[in-house]
Amino acid sequence: MMSDLDFAADHFALFGLPRSQQLDSAALDLRFRQLQTEVHPDRHVQAGDAGQRLSMQWASRVNEAYQTLKNPLRRALYLLQLTGHDPQVENNTAMPADFLFRQMELRESVAEARRDGDEGVLEAARLQLVQEIAAVHRRLIELMDGEHEYVAASGLVRQLMFQEKLLGEIDDALEVVAS
Amino acid sequence: MALLQIVEPGETTAPHQHRLAVGIDLGTTNSLVATVRSGMSVVLNDVQGHSLLPSVVRYLADGRVEIGRTAEKHRSLDPKNTIVSVKRLMGRGRGDIAHGETLPHDFVDGEGMVRIRTIAGIKSPVEVSAEILKVLRQRAEAALGGELIGAVITVPAYFDDAQRQATKDAARLAGLNVLRLLNEPTAAAIAYGLDNASEGVFAVFDLGGGTFDISILRLSKGIFEVLATGGDSALGGDDFDHRVFCWIIEQAGLRPLSPHDARLLQAHAREAKEYLSSHGEAPITIKLGSGEYVDLLLTTDSFTEITRTLVQKTLTATKKALRDAGLTVGDIRGVVMVGGSTRMPQIQQAVAELFGQEPLNNLDPDKVVALGAAMQANLLAGNRAAGDDWLLLDVIPLSLGLETMGGLVEKVIPRNSTLPIARAQEFTTFKDGQTALAIHIVQGERELVADCRSLGRFELRGIPPLVAGAARIRVTFQVDADGLLSVTAREQSTGCEAHIEVKPSYGLSDDEIAVMLKESFTHAGDDAFRRALREAQVEAQRLLEATRSALEDSSTLLSPAERETIDRAIVKLEAVMLGDDRRAIDAAMQALGAATEDFAARRMNQSVQRALAGKTIDQISP
Repeated sequence: MMSDLDFAADHFALFGLPRSQQLDSAALDLRFRQLQTEVHPDRHVQAGDAGQRLSMQWASRVNEAYQTLKNPLRRALYLLQLTGHDPQVENNTAMPADFLFRQMELRESVAEARRDGDEGVLEAARLQLVQEIAAVHRRLIELMDGEHEYVAASGLVRQLMFQEKLLGEIDDALEVVAS
Repeated sequence: MALLQIVEPGETTAPHQHRLAVGIDLGTTNSLVATVRSGMSVVLNDVQGHSLLPSVVRYLADGRVEIGRTAEKHRSLDPKNTIVSVKRLMGRGRGDIAHGETLPHDFVDGEGMVRIRTIAGIKSPVEVSAEILKVLRQRAEAALGGELIGAVITVPAYFDDAQRQATKDAARLAGLNVLRLLNEPTAAAIAYGLDNASEGVFAVFDLGGGTFDISILRLSKGIFEVLATGGDSALGGDDFDHRVFCWIIEQAGLRPLSPHDARLLQAHAREAKEYLSSHGEAPITIKLGSGEYVDLLLTTDSFTEITRTLVQKTLTATKKALRDAGLTVGDIRGVVMVGGSTRMPQIQQAVAELFGQEPLNNLDPDKVVALGAAMQANLLAGNRAAGDDWLLLDVIPLSLGLETMGGLVEKVIPRNSTLPIARAQEFTTFKDGQTALAIHIVQGERELVADCRSLGRFELRGIPPLVAGAARIRVTFQVDADGLLSVTAREQSTGCEAHIEVKPSYGLSDDEIAVMLKESFTHAGDDAFRRALREAQVEAQRLLEATRSALEDSSTLLSPAERETIDRAIVKLEAVMLGDDRRAIDAAMQALGAATEDFAARRMNQSVQRALAGKTIDQISP
């Protein structure tokens, strides 16, 4: 099994982790450090140009895999791709009405707080959104690992992209308000 | 008594092979050089015993250059030709320079970067910085008694690609082989972390003369992992001086000022600021050129008041870095203070309030960056000793992207991505029969191209004429461990590949650097040819050692025929490396590199598998 592992292995295999949305993040962190300890260019300083290039490619590969697996949204997208399911992020914009309504509400309150320079409201909105996102993460694990409901999971992934974008907007607003 | 050293395979630590390498803190106000001696990181002093070299360069009419203390002494006599805080100009256009109007220099627009007109001609900030680096190189070579194999140069974590590239160019111009550009707060974390054997998440708050950085790092089992970094590459002690300067003008009702009086006021402003670090109030008495006196008293309260927005800026950036790391102040185990400007009491107080704990000041804030850089230089030079088993994982401070339709930015690599990193993005043509595509690379966080920094443009030609949207152009960004970018573009719909590699150089081409190098060597009486040859010989020696130890380690990965090819390349390199034909040495090194390419790839796979196997054992053992 080990001998299958090479540069082209998938991210889960590279980190020796099971292919699932549920993830042992301590194991991921540990494995990331172990792999970088082997492949990072600083560990191959004497290897000459070709060796340095190889090590940079490997280290980039490990970093990319780590970032993909660490982030639940990116992990879900990657897992859907691996299992041959198209999450339709480009062409499917249908969202449940209550979700859209909630998003609009949050967006408006963020825009207002940004106008008024109200840091407290923004911090509160951020905290709430972070909690909502965490709940979606938990539901995604159920849908993908337990129920194998990939279509429903894809819908949730599209919602998550919405929510993460809003989180970015809140962070921007916080920055504008603070300065 | 002679001690025997046990060397693990792959390590070369015989004492006589110790490779001379230094860490250089190229600061806005002062610069330093440090090295590791007998396992200890130490700052190297000049012959008078000074460790700090003022980052001041004065050009004289006869072509001579004064650097450091001498230049500083003549600064108010000859402000036009005496360049201070040149770090603020690195990789910067004329419009980017804060308070440019208060500087006494004649600025000239230059391609990619501003230039300064001096009595000795027009100088680029890269050349000015190279003068400072040359002094430090000479200081180190004199102290260590030999030529340096290379240097780690520190840069503010928040420096963008243009500023990093300019710093690297300056080092090359000074005859230094750059082992690595290292972020200043990360260097400080190394010095602090290795000194205290710390574990946990730390913040490094680095306020220097002209730059501010905040970095959040996780220290765990010898790995320094930067989680997020932020800051302002144009905010530092100079800005606090400037606030005091403006306060003096306002209080005394002065205006306009002669260049001489302006210099005088600036010097007094800085003195008053420094005095307030240990006193409650600072008297300011200045005799102007006109014979008039300015007599003022600056209290700590007024100083805090006039600099409040500057302090606020540092706190805003700190909060943002924490958010980026997904952490809150409660997660931070300690806050390491770096940079001379953290001596200001209102900074100490503001940081203590934000984090709810007293900041750590137990390392000299002026020296800690150079000390950490020296430790990294020692490692990268190949002097890894048993126990030196640490690794640094740093991040890119600002997002990298491409211009898309409508002047919008498409982010390709987000800020705070761990280095090195490669990312590809696919694009297509928007017109039927389009055969070329303009690619514009930008750096920054804003959505509009106009609000980001332009790093470079290039054109991909030779795209086969197809209907709009049919061509597939893959643009790959690769950022190396120095944080420097290279971009490749490939058209791949038809299998016909166009390929281009771009390294933005911001005004100084490789040819320009070569010419400047040659000139500087002629001036210094050094022999550029001998130096280049020696460098090639040292490189060849390193490659041979590494190859031999790899062969010893994992010869089973090779077939007899492959082994023979490699052995032949080794013999060939050994034959030419002692001669004086540098080209032949380079060619033989390349041949050996090519012969061992597959072998190296197999070895890498093997070590990755070893890492996996290692973990299984960890998990089994209780």
